[in-house]
Order: sequence, then C-alpha cells, then structure tokens
Amino acid sequence: MKTIEEINRRIKEGSVNVVTAIEMKEIVSELGYEKAAKEVDVVTTGTFGAMCSTGVFFNFGHSDPPIKMQRVWLNDVEAYTGIAAVDAYLGVTQLSETLGMEYGGAHVIEDLLRGKDVELRATAYGTDCYPRKEIVTEISLEDVNQAIMVNPRNAYQRYNAATNSSGRILRTYMGTLLPHFGNVTYAGVGELSPLNNDPEYRTIGIGTRIFLGGAKGYIIGEGTQHAPPYGTLMVKGNLKEMDPRYLRAATFPGYGTTMFVGIGIPIPILDEDLAKSTAIRDSDIVTNIIDFGVPRRNRPVIRKVTYEELKSGKVEINGEEVRVSPLSSYRMAKEIAEELKKRIEKGEFLLTMPVERIPSRGEFKPMRQKEIKVVRSVMSSPAITIGPDATIEEASKILIEKGINHLPVVDDNGRLIGIVTSWDIAKAVAKGGVKVEDIMTRRVITAHPDDPIEIAARKMDVNDISALPVVDEKGRVVGVVSSQDLSKLLAR
Amino acid sequence: MLLELIYDSKVVKEPILTRVAIEENTLLNIIEAKVSAREGKIVVELEDEIADRIERKFTEYGVKVRRLERGVEKKDTCVDCGACISICPVGVFSFDKEFRLVADSSKCMRCGTCVTICPVKALSLPE
Repeated sequence: MKTIEEINRRIKEGSVNVVTAIEMKEIVSELGYEKAAKEVDVVTTGTFGAMCSTGVFFNFGHSDPPIKMQRVWLNDVEAYTGIAAVDAYLGVTQLSETLGMEYGGAHVIEDLLRGKDVELRATAYGTDCYPRKEIVTEISLEDVNQAIMVNPRNAYQRYNAATNSSGRILRTYMGTLLPHFGNVTYAGVGELSPLNNDPEYRTIGIGTRIFLGGAKGYIIGEGTQHAPPYGTLMVKGNLKEMDPRYLRAATFPGYGTTMFVGIGIPIPILDEDLAKSTAIRDSDIVTNIIDFGVPRRNRPVIRKVTYEELKSGKVEINGEEVRVSPLSSYRMAKEIAEELKKRIEKGEFLLTMPVERIPSRGEFKPMRQKEIKVVRSVMSSPAITIGPDATIEEASKILIEKGINHLPVVDDNGRLIGIVTSWDIAKAVAKGGVKVEDIMTRRVITAHPDDPIEIAARKMDVNDISALPVVDEKGRVVGVVSSQDLSKLLAR
Repeated sequence: MLLELIYDSKVVKEPILTRVAIEENTLLNIIEAKVSAREGKIVVELEDEIADRIERKFTEYGVKVRRLERGVEKKDTCVDCGACISICPVGVFSFDKEFRLVADSSKCMRCGTCVTICPVKALSLPE
C-alpha cells in the first residue's frame, strides 16, 4: 500500500518509477500484480480522438463604450453569449456562417492557439449600462482575459464501432461508412485509454490533475452521457497554456467540424488492485459494432467485438472480412502517455487524489418525446396502383383523375415492382412506349409504415424525389407518402 | 504507370483507346474516364516498360498524353488517426510498427476518396 503523498515525495526527490500503460502490461505479465504494485508508482495513460463536446469560455474584456454582447461571432463562427456581457462559449462543432463545414469552432480555437488574429463581431440591443450595439475588431489569444477550455464530455472509456448495411455511403460522426458493410470505424484507444485503466474510478475523479491539450488541466466531474463502462469525463484547462500539437481542428465530411483533443491521465499505483486494472488488455475490452444504416436511436448491434480485433485492422461480418479504420490516433495517444511520464519524472507534474468520486454507474436515457409520428399516420391509403401490363394512356388517366403524380406499379399479389410518375409519362409521350412496364422505374425507394416521418423526409431529400411508396414486410404497397404530406407536419 | 489521355473535339469520337490496345496487343486498365462531346479525359494504367511506345502511339492518333504521378502525398499535419485506411479501395494505407500512417503509393489509383475524407486535410494528389 502506498499513499499519494509518498508518490509525490518520490516525484520531488526524483526517485519515482513511472511507466506508460503500454509498458505496464508487460511489467505485470512479467512480475505479477504484487511485485508490479511495489515496483511501479505511476502509470500514465493517453488518448487522442475527435471529441465533439469540447469548447472554450472566453472573456474578451470591455470595449469603450461597453457592449453587452447578445450575439458574437469569431471568424463568422457563432459563440454562445447567454451569460455575462463579454463572456462567451465557443463550441468546436459550431459551423462558420460563410464557410460551412470547412471551418468551425475547432478551427477558431486552433487558429488562436497558433497565434493568429481572429475577427470578433458582436451585436447587442443596448442598455443604459451597455450602450454600444455593435462591434467589429480583431483579437488574439493574448488579448483576451481568459480562454478557459471546459469540455462537457471527453475521454470516452470505450465507444461503439460503426458499420453500414445500407446501399448508400453514409457521412457520419464516425467517419465515412461505405455501403453494404464496406468498412468499420471505431473510436478510442482501448488499453491505453485513461478510464479503462481505472474502471472503478478510484483515482480518476473530481479534482484529478491531468494533461489536457499539452497543459495541466483538471477533471471537474463525470461527463455528459456518462454510462459506465462507457464512462466520460468533464474537464477544464487553460487554453493559453496549451500546445496546438495536442489540439487539432478536424472536419468529418458531411457531418461537420470537431476537434482532436489530447488527454493524458496519471494513475497512482496505490495497491495491487490498481496494478491489476492498469494491466488491462485490448482483448478484455469489448464494445459493439452497430449499424448506422438504420437511422434510428436504437441502431442494431451487428456483433460484439474487442479492441484487439478492431486494432488488427480487420473484423469479420457475416462471414466476410471487413477493413477497419480507427478514428483516434494511437500514435498520438502513446506520445501523450510518454510525454506525461517525462513531465512526472522531471518533477513538473504532481499527482492528486480526487476530492470526490465520479459515479461508477450511470444510465443513458433516451429523450422524452411527446410522440414519434410515423409514416402510417400521414400516408395516403389505400394506395392507388397500376399493373405492369396497363397502357401508358391508362396510367395517365389515373394520374389526372386522382390528381396524383406517383403511381406504384404492383404485380398480381400487390407487391411493388416499379413506379411511374407524371414525368415518366411525359417522357414516354416524347420517346414512345406502350406499356407501363416499358417506362416504369424499377429500383424504387420505399418507406415502411412504422418509419418516423423524419426518416421518410430524409430519404426524399437525399434521393431528390417527392414521394415514396409505403411497403410492408411482405413487399405489398399499403400507401404512398409524399413530401407535401410531410411538409404539413415538419417545421421548416 | 498512369497516363492521362486528353482528347480534343476532333478525336473525341474516335475509338482510339481500343485501337491502340489492339494494334499494340496490350492491356490498358481504365482508372478514370470523363468523355463529353467536345473533349475527354481518360486515365489508364499500364506496364512501365511499354509506356514510351504507347505514349507515342496515342500522340500519333492526336491524343495528348500526360504522365501522372502515382500516389497520394501526406503532409506532416497528419495525426495518424487512420480514417483513410478502410475507405481506400486498393489498400494504400497502413500503420507501421510505431502506429504511424504509411502510404504505399505504388498501389494508388488516384480516386481521391482519401483526400476528401481526411479529417485534418493532410492528404493530396500530386498534379
């Protein structure tokens, strides 16, 4: 048994034994827990991944005459100002109003950190104490009074891996997912990740001093969505002391901006249990591969997988080998663990015990919603359909008489085999054609009666179409849902 | 080797690519093709040894030829995340022992997918 005071004394004396979590696995397998606990004083961990819940509180100082900023933009990226007059919070995923996904809050933070000037623009309603209504100026990191990084959710212990069963490329916060299980992506660095090395959260808690973006930072509590073993941390640190090497702006195409954040956490080896927990291996860390092809909250789990398999670069799905991409940088995580080790050895970084533990249990509840409106409740039903052998004249007559633009084509059993639109009819008249089956579109994009209406709307958006036949499990057409049906319901 | 064949409005309608392949009795792997009424561009892959001969032949038939650099270029802004590894159709990217990202440029087909998905814009195709 050791105390944190003893370990800090050794750090000050220069006699401390610090190893990285990678080295610790080897030491424990060589010496066993008991001996390793005696030999090793501190194990350093690290992670470097895209962490969307990241941002910075700024205090810009007061202008003359002063302004109570109602809205503020830094390089056209809006920051939250619903706090005191010249305080604002800039989140990394906020997009530029002029450059969109190319530039976001993360890029502003990185630019400031690299010493660049940033345009500050603010508007206000004007008060007796804050008469100014508008300001445009340039600021640098040096100019602002404070730039305090406060990240509500960082350092995920582990995370669900992603794949895509659908027939379309998906652009997600888990990167680009190729169709038909074309690839798998995962986040986190497994056995090197801080929380996996202290899964009981005995030494990682409120007040723990950490490495954050190259500077000293602190854990201020459990993070949002903290749900062990998918634990998360809320952290803070001084942006002015950070290093752009460990904070990097990123864009995930089609999703938006985010920031790679480097975090390192030292774990004091107080006893054998901590020696044991820091010996955790990738093969012991299990997560799920989930299917982003299903755009619902409860995405289906394709299979369970260990970080060892994910790191091998290939996993098997439905008997096929699928290539895997990490989204976190193991190389940078390792560098951070090594850098933190160096700083402790040099006596620059002392360890702390938490002033309060973070919960070792947690529940991740879904949002309370009034109701989830589904396609069934808004579709036109029964569907007006036509057979493949009908003539184009018959089809056009139905379209006109019923005042519709989309006519699903069904076989004798009512199963969908195509669709004809008024545009197809116009083309048929121009080019010739006799029967419906000559001109119908055979690859039809459909909706299910239980799909939420937002899913149907997104399908129409992505495919640039204005209606979907609604098809049940047996392939029978039970209705048609049009963009007009949906626009009445969805707020624009 | 990769050759970019640039067709102008005079030759764009001629089946020059197959003509060259037949006459020279060789295989040309089409990597990319964009042919419109007035002009066109086709990128073909072929054995290095026959490149000179094939290039001459295309030039004779009025097609402009440009040799393309193979392979992606990686800037040192790369953070070695590996997002590119699984989306590359030909497996250009992998990690070395130190978990640094390495690119085997000889495999690259210049599809450009990695360039668009790199979160820190560290990849580019040489002109």
